[in-house]
Amino acid sequence: MAGLTILLAVIALALLAPLLYPDSPFALVAKPFEPPSGPHFFGTDQLGRDLTAEVVHGARTSLLIGLLATVIAVFVGATIGGLAGYYGGRIDALLMRFTEMFQTIPFFLFAIVLVTVLTPTIANVIFAISLVSWPPMARLVRGEFLAMRSREFVLACVSMGMNDARIILMHILPNTLSAIIVTGSLMVATAILIESGLSFLGLSDPNTMSWGYIIGEGRTALRTAWWVCTVPGVAILVTVMAINLVGEGLNDALNPRLRTA
Amino acid sequence: MTAKGLRYVVRRLALAIPTILTIVVLNFGLVHLAPGDAADVLAGEAGSATPQYMAQLRQTFGLDQPLYVQLVVYLERVLTLDLGYSFRHGMSVSALIATRLGPTLLLMLTVLLLSVGLGVLLGAIAARNLNRWRDNLISVLAVLAYATPVFWAGLMLIVVFSVKLGWFPVSGMEEVAAFNEGWARVLDIARHLVLPAITLTLFYLALYTRLMRASVLDQYAMDYVVTARAKGLTERQIAWRHVLRNAMLPVLTMAGVQVGALLGGAVVVETVFAWPGLGFLAYESLFARDINLLLGIFFISGCLVVVVNLAVDLLYSVLDPRIELR
Repeated sequence: MAGLTILLAVIALALLAPLLYPDSPFALVAKPFEPPSGPHFFGTDQLGRDLTAEVVHGARTSLLIGLLATVIAVFVGATIGGLAGYYGGRIDALLMRFTEMFQTIPFFLFAIVLVTVLTPTIANVIFAISLVSWPPMARLVRGEFLAMRSREFVLACVSMGMNDARIILMHILPNTLSAIIVTGSLMVATAILIESGLSFLGLSDPNTMSWGYIIGEGRTALRTAWWVCTVPGVAILVTVMAINLVGEGLNDALNPRLRTA
Repeated sequence: MTAKGLRYVVRRLALAIPTILTIVVLNFGLVHLAPGDAADVLAGEAGSATPQYMAQLRQTFGLDQPLYVQLVVYLERVLTLDLGYSFRHGMSVSALIATRLGPTLLLMLTVLLLSVGLGVLLGAIAARNLNRWRDNLISVLAVLAYATPVFWAGLMLIVVFSVKLGWFPVSGMEEVAAFNEGWARVLDIARHLVLPAITLTLFYLALYTRLMRASVLDQYAMDYVVTARAKGLTERQIAWRHVLRNAMLPVLTMAGVQVGALLGGAVVVETVFAWPGLGFLAYESLFARDINLLLGIFFISGCLVVVVNLAVDLLYSVLDPRIELR
């Protein structure tokens, strides 16, 4: 419940960002390194930008990238895993070998290469994160499909002469949906962490405010202005934690039999 | 090692070859998608360059050849473990990687031992004290650590332990100017290692603690625990001799799977602490567009992951003799 409350608050903040802080978060509004107090709630950064405005606008970026990257990764992962699990045999071996290969590559390094090569824009960051995030989903969906494939209700569909697409989409997929939703919700948290890591290294869209970017830029002033790095970091921590808690709550609600004490 | 075990190792290594080759080809293609090449970078640093000079640079580095020729040349070289020459650092890539491999392995091994060891311990303690204060405390800390971005944890540790308290150095691996030797040098490196190792450990510690806790709880529901109780073993014996060993298996599997991710995490941590390892080198080479070097790092990373996965599989069969090596 706590997780859901925090998450809703972050989402509300992200949605209201243009109303609360209509000016660009990149705008210089005051002296640099104002400590957190006075007119600017969290103080200002090394260029005199309002840290509160930066963090609120950063929430938009993080949530947007986390959500979109996860949607793509879930779609790709579920497609590959579903085909592998349903058809089995050679297709399964081939697709799983492909998945394994993707898992062998150190994924964060891979994301860095992708974003650098393709130049850092929002679309490319989303693409890179989804490209490194789909393998676990593929494995999960494959496992579920493999287990469902030999169940009676699927055999009944096959013997009725139903075509594969209909069996997969109308009968097996709905039965695996709860597992996909739970894992997918946890993937949003991971995606936000990857995004923050990338933008910390300077690999974020230069026109979009992002939490990792604020920390990466504020890092040089760590000794004198600790708040510039601290505030966005807490924002990431709280958001990711809230999403993880919601994911666990979903798990308890959707898979009551799997609940661990 | 038995003949059977040896055959297994050879077969697994043979299976890994196509995977590694594919990684090399994939990365080669990707890096060549990037706008600009090494000649552009070098010319940019020189301030100005005539087209003739650029052409000469490209010819020297083979950059004027068609892409597939460059790829074939690269593959041939990789097969003989010659990873090319880093014109940026002015030394061969394999030599450069060799100098940077040590620090990364030191960091990764420390983190792996700390996170698996402490994770197993904390997870077991939490599960044994289910829903009491120890369990609650450990679980809350795990949830927090699991949500903390690695680079931020590193920065916060620097603020507290280096800047405010002055206990540990801010960056680097050793005090080069001090010319320490012998134990003094080991001690110096250990002092530099503390913060980066803790930073990277926190996240994985949380992961393994949660996994271990769930695994121990699963094991306690098994029949063999009832049998052990029935034959009069003490709870302590059941926990440490029977449950712990079985419960560790999923944690080990996870640790094996996570090696690739650990290497990625090392990039961030090494960047924060200027730890002179492979991850920091990858970060530097990306921004210098040092293509040969980058390909070399990816190749070595892939090999490293394959080898560690194999080692984990072998360890697995030692811990659980029921698993057959096939």
